[in-house]
Amino acid sequence: MFRLFKCFKLKEYILMLLVTFFVFCEVYLELKMPDYMQQITVLVQSDVTNIKEIILNGTYMLLCAFGSLLFTVIVGYIIAYISSIFSFRTRKRIFDHTLDFGLEEIKKFKASSLITRTTNDVTQIEMFLGMGLILLMKSFMTAIWAILKILNKNMVWSIATLIAVVILLMVIGIITIIVVPKFKLIQKLTDKLNGTVRENLTGIRVVRAFNAEKYQKDKFEAINKDLTKEQLFNQKTFSILQPVMLLVMNGLALVIYFIGAYLIKDASFTMKLPLFADMIVFSSYALQVIISFLMLAFVFIILPRAEVSAKRINEVLNTKISIESGNVIKVKEQGTIEFKNVSFKYPDAEECILNNISFNINKGETVAFIGSTGSGKSTLVNLIPRFYDVTEGEILVDGINVKDYKLEELYNKIGYISQKPVIFDGTISSNVNFGTSKKKITKKDIEEAIKLSEAEEFVLKMDKTYNEHIASSGSNISGGQKQRLSIARALAKKSEIYIFDDSFSALDYKTDSKLRKNLKKYMSDSTILIVAQRIGTIMNADKIIVLDEGKMVGMGTHKELLKTCEVYKQIATSQLSEEEIKNA
Amino acid sequence: MPKHSKVQVEKPKNFKEAIVRLTKELNSFKVFIIIALLLSSFSALLSIVSPNKLKDLTNEITSGITPNVNNIRVLSTEIMNNIDKSDITIAGVKIKYSEQVEFLTLFSKYDKNSDSKKIYNALNKLPKSIKKVIEPKMNIDKIKRISLLILILYVLSSLLNYIQSIIMSNVSSTFSKILRSKISNKINNLPLKYFDSHKNGDIMSRVTNDVDQISHSLNQSLTTLVSSVTLLLGSLIMMFVTNGIMALTAIFSSIIGFIFMALVLSKSQKYFAVKQKELGNLNGNIEEVYSGLNIIKTYNAKEEVSDKFDKYNKRVYDANKKSQFLAGLMQPMMGFVGNLGYVCVCIVGALLVSKNVITFGVIVAFISYVRLFTSPLSQIAQSVNMLQQVAASSERVFEFLDEEELRKESKLKKISKNKFKGNIEFKNVSFKYDGNDKYTIKNFSASIKAGQKVAIVGPTGAGKTTMVNLLMKFYDITDGDITIDGMSIKDLRREDVHSLFTMVLQDTWLFNGSIKDNIAYNKNVSLDKVVEVCKIVGLDHFIRTLPNGYDSLISDNDSVSAGQRQLMTIARGMILDSPFLILDEATSNVDTRTEELVQKAMDKLSSNKTSFIIAHRLSTIKNADLILVMKDGNIIEQGTHKELINKKGFYADLYNSQFDL
Repeated sequence: MFRLFKCFKLKEYILMLLVTFFVFCEVYLELKMPDYMQQITVLVQSDVTNIKEIILNGTYMLLCAFGSLLFTVIVGYIIAYISSIFSFRTRKRIFDHTLDFGLEEIKKFKASSLITRTTNDVTQIEMFLGMGLILLMKSFMTAIWAILKILNKNMVWSIATLIAVVILLMVIGIITIIVVPKFKLIQKLTDKLNGTVRENLTGIRVVRAFNAEKYQKDKFEAINKDLTKEQLFNQKTFSILQPVMLLVMNGLALVIYFIGAYLIKDASFTMKLPLFADMIVFSSYALQVIISFLMLAFVFIILPRAEVSAKRINEVLNTKISIESGNVIKVKEQGTIEFKNVSFKYPDAEECILNNISFNINKGETVAFIGSTGSGKSTLVNLIPRFYDVTEGEILVDGINVKDYKLEELYNKIGYISQKPVIFDGTISSNVNFGTSKKKITKKDIEEAIKLSEAEEFVLKMDKTYNEHIASSGSNISGGQKQRLSIARALAKKSEIYIFDDSFSALDYKTDSKLRKNLKKYMSDSTILIVAQRIGTIMNADKIIVLDEGKMVGMGTHKELLKTCEVYKQIATSQLSEEEIKNA
Repeated sequence: MPKHSKVQVEKPKNFKEAIVRLTKELNSFKVFIIIALLLSSFSALLSIVSPNKLKDLTNEITSGITPNVNNIRVLSTEIMNNIDKSDITIAGVKIKYSEQVEFLTLFSKYDKNSDSKKIYNALNKLPKSIKKVIEPKMNIDKIKRISLLILILYVLSSLLNYIQSIIMSNVSSTFSKILRSKISNKINNLPLKYFDSHKNGDIMSRVTNDVDQISHSLNQSLTTLVSSVTLLLGSLIMMFVTNGIMALTAIFSSIIGFIFMALVLSKSQKYFAVKQKELGNLNGNIEEVYSGLNIIKTYNAKEEVSDKFDKYNKRVYDANKKSQFLAGLMQPMMGFVGNLGYVCVCIVGALLVSKNVITFGVIVAFISYVRLFTSPLSQIAQSVNMLQQVAASSERVFEFLDEEELRKESKLKKISKNKFKGNIEFKNVSFKYDGNDKYTIKNFSASIKAGQKVAIVGPTGAGKTTMVNLLMKFYDITDGDITIDGMSIKDLRREDVHSLFTMVLQDTWLFNGSIKDNIAYNKNVSLDKVVEVCKIVGLDHFIRTLPNGYDSLISDNDSVSAGQRQLMTIARGMILDSPFLILDEATSNVDTRTEELVQKAMDKLSSNKTSFIIAHRLSTIKNADLILVMKDGNIIEQGTHKELINKKGFYADLYNSQFDL
């Protein structure tokens, strides 16, 4: 966890020193109070007439109490600042680091887990910082101080206190040992329960269609039963804690009084009264000791949770980013792509998904990739913007290896449209005019891009047209509309190279064909790469590359491939009739 | 689709109503809860009595400190009156005359204003017999008795507390188990339309987070509330019984503190709400960014995204700092209030002691009372807060449980699926989704003969999937009727309708479990049968290459591709031997060649079966016996592929556009 505290600056370290000092003052004042209590007790007993003195001591005690309150408030303010600034900066650190992640790293953690780590886990540590740290400091100081205060007062009382502390620690220790592993189990069972409910909900139609309601119910009940059992066990175990705590605390006071009675009885005349005053004070200090040990124990119960969160965060921060930026900024060539003996293997996979692929693409060409499910088409185009790096061979864009480019420069050349459209919370305009820090996209560019992507039809129908609000992940527009918007985003960027990763799938044939016509007409200077399943989408490409099980089995035009490539022919005939193939 | 607004701050719409409802639901646990509450208030009562007993103990000890004033007085008068210089006997002790003289000479030096210490020192020099008479006496037996009594009180109080806690744990665990089961059952009894307007995450949150919240807070808040109120009332009564002035002192000194605390609390509540809201916003922003990372990178939008994140992050930071600070105030305030009460009690107590109104023991007792009195007040505040959360959560749970269920069909007759031939007729079917103004299906009529292969095509939003949903009785028809072999599906049980159809969806839903279990879903079939269908769809080879073969586990992210998952759902459908078949975009994740293979297998399987096929890819459906072209909820064309192409209408247009440049 301490590694995460690196985010603190000098200012925070000074503040922390101050906090330590203030806590010290606070504890000092708090423990000073029993001294005045003792004074008051003695006064009340021996010299009841001296009210002035009693009030004076009372005032001192109150001043101590108020001073201690004041310090606590100041400490509270500083700690609120420190813990908030910690979570503020740590969130930022995780966020920035994650922004540099490649697909490989994202896959390793899963997006949902990364989100939890950025918010929830940070909050866990923040909570520990906010509560635990002060508690730790304070209870530690109080315990030591209170022990020092009473240590030389009386041996017998001290031993009694020690025994009480030991009993408490043992009870807490035993409970922790029993409960912690169960907690892990409960967490796992909760996950499972959640999973079963989610399964039932996501598959509701299937469950109904298969009349499998009882099947799902039995599954749920089994986990529900286990979960309840473990939860009950833990709750019952925890039930012991409070009564034992109270018993030990109250019992200790009683024992001190009881022992005190004997001590006083055996003492000489002169010693009796001071001994009585000691007894009152001792019992209050002993209570302090017990309470501070309880607080310490509490800290050590919540510490593991913060520790687990810190571990999860460090996992993210320590992940080395596999895609490193090069430094090439300017190149002469434009719009060419070359694959030289490229092979690619997913990390952890045993076999290559792409094998020895080589081809050349010239400026302004439209190249299509086709192949069966799992043939590696998407993977292939994902290598160009370096979502992954090739395992063997090299990819050249404009004659330069993609690894040598400054990443920003490489991305500037590429307009990438993903398989699943990505829409951000904002307006139509802000979604089209997205990023590209260097280039300025004008209002005209946006309107043109919307028009070319065949999105104008629905955008103009909206109440606020280009300024219409789009909810996060685009839940208020349809799948086809989302896809067209994400295409518009790419077109507005005016890139040298466009990569359409199966991004026409949600469009009906008509829109698909209109869009492709627009591309041909207005983007003739750009190199276009299309991954598709429909033969119709790619038939007219300048070049079609056929992939089968990670190997390139054909390259050429539609007509050429029909003659030379068996795989392509099979794909074509599965979609078109003989007659249609001939006609096209 | 009505959008579900995210409410981050849980605030029950009607606190009272929710609590009343909760009480009703808890009715079966009534006896246990009442016992637990009784135990907890009894335990609280015991802890009130014990300070009083502690007072007795202190008084007893104090009486062992001060010399026996009474005996001194008697002794003095006796000696003064002892003119014949004889021995005197006081409290059974014989004192010689010489000793009497010693006593007088010693004490003649001191008067009322002498230092008490010196007097005590002088006492030490007294003869044994006199010492014995005036020495402070401690009644050890009485002390033992009182201590034992207090100990018993403490142990009893703890024991009651423990038993109470165990009972409540049982109640809350069992109650939450029942709630979870109820919710889970409810899911399968709700009409599908419910899920159109509610997020899955929200329902899941009700099963886990809300139920946990209820069980956790119920367990604590209820007993704490009861014991706190008992403690508060009890300590108030005890204080007044012990001493009225002191009681008023304690109450007034505490109340000032509590007023201040209430002010702080009302303020902090606002900041808590803001914090939760901003945290929710931040979470949303992060989610969006992390799931669109590829796009953010390739569009060089890091800066833009970062700026937005900073804005949200800063807002969380601000709200966080304020709410944390205010929340942190509560504890030290309580401490101060306690101390204030303490000092006031001591000063007033000392005043009263000095005037001989009370004994020192009363002060000791009051020190405890002040603690007893201030702690339940903050506990009451805390448990009311907790109860509010319980109310908020239970409102959500009960809202879900109270949703209108599917119509009961126990009156309808059970019909075996083997009796059906497969003539299906749609008669002027109209359908409107809940909350929609427009009809999704308008006056749809079609007649399908047994064994026909029917394809439904049309643009997105035409109502293709809705038709299937109506046929499966997932939704109730608004107008018109669908008949199967002349029988209205309104007269058929949902269960029977479902068993008539094998349905394969585009959504490749598989659950966490082995491949075999997934394919044999809810059916008792042998492994051989599973292997057989897997061979038909061409999965057998792939499954055998997996380390555990058919026992390999399916989880969310693994080496099984979307296409392979789809094949598994097809295999799952094939296992069912139903008279009808529905394929709703069932092959869209499979490449066209694999699709062809599957199609052939399906054709073999579905020969003589009435089947419905919905597909985007028109190549899939060319050989259908009947193609229904849907647009805006209506059939605009129907016929075979050839007929429709020749017609040169909507279908032909749609079909030909795929060959356009």
